[in-house]
Amino acid sequence: MNSERKTAPDTPVLRMQGITKRFPGVVANDRVDLELYPSEVLALLGENGAGKSTLMNVLVGLYRPDAGEIYVRGERVEINSPRDAAMLGIGMVHQNFMLVPTMTVAQNVILGIHDLAFVPNMREVSQRIRELSDRYHLQVDPRAYIWQLSVGEQQRVEILKLIYRGASILILDEPTAVLTPQEAEELGGILSVMQSEGKSVVFITHKMGEVIAFSDRVCVLRQGAVVATRNTEETTPRDLARLMVGRELLFRLDKQPAQPGSEVLVLRDVYATNDKALPALSGVSLAIREGEILGIAGVAGNGQQELAEAITGLRHIKSGELHINNANLTNCTPLKAIEAGVSHIPADRIRMGSVGDMPVADNIAMKGYRTPPMSKHGVLNRQRIGDFARRMIEAFQIATPAPRTHVKFLSGGNIQKTILAREIDACDTLLIAVYPSRGLDVGATESVRRRLIEQRDEGRGVLLISEDLDELLTVSDRIAVLYEGRVMGVLDAENADREALGLLMAGASAEELPGASSAVDEPGA
Amino acid sequence: MGFALLLTSILTITLRAGTSLIYATVGEIYTERSGILNLGIEGMMLTSAVVAFGVAYYSGSVWLAVGAAMLAGGTLASIHAFLTVTMRANQVVSGLSITIFGGGLASFLGERLGPATNNYALVGLVGPRFSAVVIPGLSEIPVMGALFRQDMLTYVLYLLVPLAWAYLYKTRDGLNLRAVGENPQTADAMGVNVMRVRYLATIIGGMLVGVGGAHLSLGYAPGWSENITGGRGWIVIPLVIFAMWNPARAVLGAILFGGINAVQFRLQAGGTTVPSAYLNMLPYLATILVLVAMTSWETLSHHIGAPAALGVAYMREDK
Repeated sequence: MNSERKTAPDTPVLRMQGITKRFPGVVANDRVDLELYPSEVLALLGENGAGKSTLMNVLVGLYRPDAGEIYVRGERVEINSPRDAAMLGIGMVHQNFMLVPTMTVAQNVILGIHDLAFVPNMREVSQRIRELSDRYHLQVDPRAYIWQLSVGEQQRVEILKLIYRGASILILDEPTAVLTPQEAEELGGILSVMQSEGKSVVFITHKMGEVIAFSDRVCVLRQGAVVATRNTEETTPRDLARLMVGRELLFRLDKQPAQPGSEVLVLRDVYATNDKALPALSGVSLAIREGEILGIAGVAGNGQQELAEAITGLRHIKSGELHINNANLTNCTPLKAIEAGVSHIPADRIRMGSVGDMPVADNIAMKGYRTPPMSKHGVLNRQRIGDFARRMIEAFQIATPAPRTHVKFLSGGNIQKTILAREIDACDTLLIAVYPSRGLDVGATESVRRRLIEQRDEGRGVLLISEDLDELLTVSDRIAVLYEGRVMGVLDAENADREALGLLMAGASAEELPGASSAVDEPGA
Repeated sequence: MGFALLLTSILTITLRAGTSLIYATVGEIYTERSGILNLGIEGMMLTSAVVAFGVAYYSGSVWLAVGAAMLAGGTLASIHAFLTVTMRANQVVSGLSITIFGGGLASFLGERLGPATNNYALVGLVGPRFSAVVIPGLSEIPVMGALFRQDMLTYVLYLLVPLAWAYLYKTRDGLNLRAVGENPQTADAMGVNVMRVRYLATIIGGMLVGVGGAHLSLGYAPGWSENITGGRGWIVIPLVIFAMWNPARAVLGAILFGGINAVQFRLQAGGTTVPSAYLNMLPYLATILVLVAMTSWETLSHHIGAPAALGVAYMREDK
């Protein structure tokens, strides 16, 4: 099945052979073969649902394969639990970090080590952590609590955890998904240090750029099976994209210049707090016009979530004003915002965007059900709801067995399409999209982005909150950068460059930018 | 001098009244730290109280009785562990069932375990008890001497509470236990056996609750009577929250409850005009008020709270 293979001088440190893993109704891994050599960075590339994480979960003993064999350093092994994997020197940094927020870095690092002293000497543990941090360039304070750390630092703790246990095979599941561009670059440095220390790394990704930048070899998975294994030098992003998706992909979005009209959303000096009652928005002033996409850049946790919630009536505005279509909607109810034509694609599509235990049709109808034709005198018209849902499923190409299939059985991309269908249909003035393509594969991402631009072209204002700079640069017309609840600057997407954005995201003020000040508008002017 | 004597006597009663609560609270803290909420404490305390009294009555050994009470508490807790950890049943429903079952079982045993001469009932019998062991010298210290006029089960607490605290915060196993309650996925991925930790924490917690029950029928109110706990099993639930899941702080809450109880007894004995029903309510009411005030203040000022995975079943391949 897999055609090419590098003829390596070394024997592989890890060999997976014929791994098959079935979940009810799906074959997540179909006779997958994989080899990993000493001091090698191997990229595992594939779309969502291609079976990358499943394969690695099999390797670390979280899933049991239905068939297949695993050899570590030439010996056949049975891996039944993460403990077995750790004994073999295999460790994984999961996409959702496996850290206990209420414990310190040192406590997290030693958690579950079985030959640890009954009363661990925390001073020695901290000392050893400091040594390892220096050697591997993973700076972090062993006494800090996890909840005090940035996402980038938490990732370093995850890697330290593995190295502390003497792991020689490290698996990183989409490591850059949560990082700033600068942090992602640092990760590249960390990977090469690990390589020079003789560790082997598998990293899971669906981004071609990272494969090229970080890896020695790349293994492409599609629908659970290996479609190719290549030396990274001998391949191109275009080539990889074709292998991954199985067809040619257009990398460019056709986008006409914006035709902005009157202002649909105006925020004036808005203050709000987060769930812990700490300041989240500190004097945000922004405006969005009809037919314009305003992108919001920033490292997650700098007020993006609260901004979207304040606009949609889900979060209390402590001071400042919110105007939608010239009507003062400060602290209005979510229903008022909906009636004003505001649509919201929330960041958490599982908990907030959809009801997993309800059919696709009901999820699509969740906004229009209050009024005819979907209901009359408070009684739902099932016929009309079904018709509407079928129309939407077709228009948005939602892959669902039937309109009455429960949403929780759909893939992430199709759940997102379901939400898009509902929100875009109801959208009249303003569309708030929070991380709309997060975790989606190339095909689904492309269709989400097209929909956003389509809304803009139809004269709606769009607020796009994203952590993907490429997405912000290609989709939006202007980009505002949020840092600690403040707008650091608003850049024209045409002449914005990644470095300037990265600096603003890290807290530099617009004046501090080298030579880029001309492209920056003063915030709130 | 008369005031110091009054304080000493109030403190003495406070500790006596608080002992069973401290055992049960520390036990429930261990259970909840693993992510398992056990609302069966009331039933477990009742059953272990009747078992303790029955065993003491027939064997004459209070220590054997404590062992039997631990066995009874541990057995009921293991039912809860099986239902919630293995069968992943709803923890609230399972715990409430244990309370109802334990309460009924205790009443039944109380009327069947006694000797034929007492119509097979245990009510009204006198059996061996833990009586106060006054430590010479230390017990003469003004006020604090009350600490050394207690029974053996209270003395054991002086050792148990620091050990329980150190185990939770200073040892490898304590770290694993806390991690399981905060984030079982993480603990599992780090090689901790989540099932094992949850079973052990629930059963050991149940055994400590059992000792609490034994202290009621062998120390605090020697003998067996219906509803001997007087709702103490329920008071444990807010006490655990007040303690912020820290065994050392469990003492404070238990003393608060026990202290108001002691003052209330004093008032009744002194013959106030306040109807006794109101005075009997007082410890429960005050405990709840103080708990609500303290915990809302604590939660705001610290980053601590309930174990994040409290009440959540865990299964490795769950979606």
